[in-house]
Amino acid sequence: MTVAIERPAQTQSGGAAASANATGRFAIEAGKMNVFYGSFCAVRDVDMRVPTNKITAIIGPSGCGKSTVLRCFNRMNDLIASVRIEGEVLFQGQNIYDDSVDPVEVRRRIGMVFQKPNPFPKTIYENVAWGTRINGFRGDMDEMVEKALRSAALWDEVKDKLQQSALGLSGGQQQRLCIARAIAVEPEIILMDEPASALDPIATLRIEDLMKELSEKYTIIVVTHNMQQAARISDFTAFFSVDENRTGNLIEFDETEKIFTNPSQKSTEDYITGRFG
Amino acid sequence: MGQLLRTSFARELETLQTDTLMLGSMVIQALKESVEALRRRDMDVARRLIKEDEIINSKRFEIEADCLRLIATQQPMAGDLRLIAAVLEISTELERIGDYAKGIGRIILLIGTEVLIKPLVDIPKMCDIATEMLQQSLDAFLHQDLEAARTIPLRDDEVDDLYNRVHRDLIEMILEDTSLIDRCNYLLWAAHNLERAADRVSNICERIIFTVTGEFFEFDMN
Repeated sequence: MTVAIERPAQTQSGGAAASANATGRFAIEAGKMNVFYGSFCAVRDVDMRVPTNKITAIIGPSGCGKSTVLRCFNRMNDLIASVRIEGEVLFQGQNIYDDSVDPVEVRRRIGMVFQKPNPFPKTIYENVAWGTRINGFRGDMDEMVEKALRSAALWDEVKDKLQQSALGLSGGQQQRLCIARAIAVEPEIILMDEPASALDPIATLRIEDLMKELSEKYTIIVVTHNMQQAARISDFTAFFSVDENRTGNLIEFDETEKIFTNPSQKSTEDYITGRFG
Repeated sequence: MGQLLRTSFARELETLQTDTLMLGSMVIQALKESVEALRRRDMDVARRLIKEDEIINSKRFEIEADCLRLIATQQPMAGDLRLIAAVLEISTELERIGDYAKGIGRIILLIGTEVLIKPLVDIPKMCDIATEMLQQSLDAFLHQDLEAARTIPLRDDEVDDLYNRVHRDLIEMILEDTSLIDRCNYLLWAAHNLERAADRVSNICERIIFTVTGEFFEFDMN
């Protein structure tokens, strides 16, 4: 398989992400993107440019295609047989849907964290080490694991039980472990699909805090049902709505402050203020 | 605006607006009474106005507390957030205008029952225009009337012209007879309070414009 996306020179752990993200203003550029499930158009005509090293939140009512769009950004929808994608999704100038692009490499460089923490039924250590090992990592594994766990603000809580099962951790810790696992392979972008919706308020705030820290090195795109969360953590917000055909549309994309204080579109205003009609 | 899905929040926003209008009415009443009391040198009304300013102050604090409670508990967004932010500012402006009425009450006590050094003509006119502007601004706030909010402050020039005339007349009197300094000064203070009250109406209009458009706007009062 060919990996057509040009990789930045990798020197040491973490350096790749930083240098890659410094190369362009936009981490992802979706152009005229349509997503179909069979003949049903789930999302239509998405033009969206996601700024590098910022947190972009995707909000909107149920069924507007938020998660569908997110999954398009690292070809996770490939795993669903009936899905067809039109248009383009540029990552560092390269359409990730080009035939020459290896989807596995795309997913390594554009990581994902899911709604429900899904650690492997293995030790804490192995959860973090796994991805890098299958990628052929030859450096100091202990150091790499510690670095990833520190970056995910989990190290102090697990450093004395690295060989214990990850399933013994609390929900919030498991989610941070999944974040550590995602960043261990040094992605440039982290996609998060409602990463805190299964967590209690304190664990939620820890994840939000962590996201802010991570955004210094990574581009984060987060789908959230929680508008206050989007307002708190994101730099940019995309509002999707759903039309009478149940097709999702990008209504407005702007700086988060603008979206939540003075949106340009009436339907955005109606949604975020809890109005209809 | 569409219908709010959160009916209790919608009701609370309406109450906030109503309370702001009520505060505005109290202030208009106080300002009118203060100038009328000045004309009649009515010490009783002057004392009552000074006392009743506390009611205006507590109404303003009540509104402020409601705004903070809604921000803390309802997480208002966009237009709702701007409305609440505007109410915080507008209630402060109204309370200050209330202070001007109280100030005129104090001036009345300083002047006492002696005859005024000049007949009150321009000062009541200033009061009429300022209170009319204030009433119009409250209507504009209620109806989120952008056009009205933009035009009401234009009348501030009329108040300024009257103030300049009062100022000139009183200075001339002082120059002719320095023993009148105190009595002229009292009237000048009263006129100045009314001139400031009209300025604050412009601030209220700026906040209405912000509520409707989301843009911070400032009238050039020069």
